Amino acid sequence: MSASLQNMTKVFERPESLTDARFTYCPGCHHGILTRIIGNVMDELDIAERTVGIAPVGCSVFAYLWYKADSQQVAHGRACAVATGIKRARPDLVVFSYQGDGDFASIGTAESIHAANRGENITVIFVNNQIYGMTGGEMAPTTLIDQKTTTTPYGRSAELFGYPIRFSEMIAQLEAPAYVTRQALFDTKHIMDATRAIKKAFQYQVDGKGFSLVEVLSTCPTNWRMSPVQANKYVAETVTGIFPLGDLVDRG
Amino acid sequence: MPKGTVVFDVERCKGCGLCIAACPRNVLAFSGTLNRSGYDVAHMANPEDCIGCGFCAMTCPDIVIEVYREKVPS
Amino acid sequence: MAERLLLRGNEVIAEAAIRAGCQCYFAYPITPQAELLEHMARHMPRLGRTFVQAESEVAAINMVYGAAGAGVRTMTSSSSPGISLKQEGISYLAGANLPAVIVNIVRGGPGLGNIAPSQCDYFQATKGGGHGDYHIIVLGPSTVPEAGELTMLAFDLADQYRIPVMILADGLLGQMMEPVTLPDPIDPASLPVKEWATTGAKGRAPNIILSFDLDPDGLKQMNLDLQAKYRSIGENEIRYEEVATDDADIVIAAYGTIARICKSVVRQAREEGIKIGLFRPITLWPFPEAALRALSDKVDTILTVEMSAGQMWEDVRLAVAERAKTPFFGEMGGIVPTPRSILNEVKKHVR
Repeated sequence: MSASLQNMTKVFERPESLTDARFTYCPGCHHGILTRIIGNVMDELDIAERTVGIAPVGCSVFAYLWYKADSQQVAHGRACAVATGIKRARPDLVVFSYQGDGDFASIGTAESIHAANRGENITVIFVNNQIYGMTGGEMAPTTLIDQKTTTTPYGRSAELFGYPIRFSEMIAQLEAPAYVTRQALFDTKHIMDATRAIKKAFQYQVDGKGFSLVEVLSTCPTNWRMSPVQANKYVAETVTGIFPLGDLVDRG
Repeated sequence: MPKGTVVFDVERCKGCGLCIAACPRNVLAFSGTLNRSGYDVAHMANPEDCIGCGFCAMTCPDIVIEVYREKVPS
Repeated sequence: MAERLLLRGNEVIAEAAIRAGCQCYFAYPITPQAELLEHMARHMPRLGRTFVQAESEVAAINMVYGAAGAGVRTMTSSSSPGISLKQEGISYLAGANLPAVIVNIVRGGPGLGNIAPSQCDYFQATKGGGHGDYHIIVLGPSTVPEAGELTMLAFDLADQYRIPVMILADGLLGQMMEPVTLPDPIDPASLPVKEWATTGAKGRAPNIILSFDLDPDGLKQMNLDLQAKYRSIGENEIRYEEVATDDADIVIAAYGTIARICKSVVRQAREEGIKIGLFRPITLWPFPEAALRALSDKVDTILTVEMSAGQMWEDVRLAVAERAKTPFFGEMGGIVPTPRSILNEVKKHVR
């Protein structure tokens, strides 16, 4: 160490709202960064004690282990419907769902769109890594053209399987949502931007402003067959070209 | 510039390398030492260059790193 | 104040749910339970409770999961094809030990079927329907007033045992109107707090609702706990009705609206000198196996009458085995057998 800790202030540590559990994610996976950010936001807004998180099916099925908050683990795709049920039953609670590509944008399409359309006062975190991680690397609705996955071994063909779906843009067409944004975590600047966006998405719920969706471009180093650093570079250079970053809706 | 330092919770490190890439001062590198999970953990190779910016900790997906910064004298 | 009203079955179930303190109702329109949905749409908001027309039956059952997990009394209703859609959600509710009430106003099936009354969902209701080793309590009302009583009972049983409870009615019951006396409403705020629910982890360890354990030993224990619960329900909650069985040679086994029709058959047959009785299960799960077995020791024939190809008939045969003859009479397609046709069938089995 370069200097004694006694002369120093701790400026970064584990958020209070997270448990000590070790994340089960792969090395370099952005789920961990995102979870840490959510923990920070819970600390800043002091909401852990009245938050209910929803763990989906996918790599983040164990999300109920990370937060010092109540959680419900739910059926694949249904998190936005379950969030609706919790929030309608207990509007005083802060309810957030955390879903991957399959959960939010494939099997959960109807539930995602209609929770947004009803303007449910919930916060939805949508982790877009253009692949199905947990099940071994299959095509997602968000998979890029020519991207190789286990179910597109020759590369995704638009003719056979259509184009990567820009779900946030679809949700942004609806009248009800309060905040729809797409963020990324591939470098410090974007981590800071994402942190601000996620804090806003939770703050809007606390203020009763309505439905917030934060789509987060993330990596899957394992199934992309890249190192974590290469994966970050790929998001920065290629994925952001298909999924543009920024706020699509901000009615707050 | 204030000096800083980081502390690694070594057993949580998965050797992903994101902190090494994020550091703006080339402070960090793989240590060549494996933790109990078999990962080559990151460490401060050039500790005197650390400014305590926290970029490494912000990108660490496993909250391995605590960051300290020298108090600036008033 | 207890009120006496003339209501159709669908409305009685809805009103009974409200009076039982149902806080949240989520459903998708489907015939023949539209009146249930409409009653909830009109009355729930007036009482400051939640009504949401969900985007599908799948969404509705998952909204129920969320509300149930958050500790409130909650219900959904549908009809046969919609109940098929809910099966995954029902399995999740059962696996997560969540209380909820699910109403099936059964119609003709399979597939789109038709909207006439039927009893062709008995297997779906009592033998799973969804995946995994689980059961739900299934209650089969046969009159409009009983539909109201069993709906209120359903909420109590659901909370007591932390289990989904199904009201298995049919399109006939849903549509017919009878005078009912409804009890005083329960205020949801007066219901006991559910310590296990996701109500915000202030001052306690977090509560987690889940139906998942990657460790086989853990999942085995989860299943053992469920099985123990089901045994307890089997020991304590069986309900059935016996009519004129003491000296009967032949007994009709029937549930729901057809059982009510069979009561007329029993009356008519007795007038003609036939020693006939009726065994009417009210809990279809747990099935009143022991009572039926005991009865079958005393009679020649147990004739199952069902508006199906013979589904409860299998449970009757399991309970009775070789102790008595177990013929079947049924109608499919939404056809409701007349008392005359059932009586003719009875006569074939008495010589």
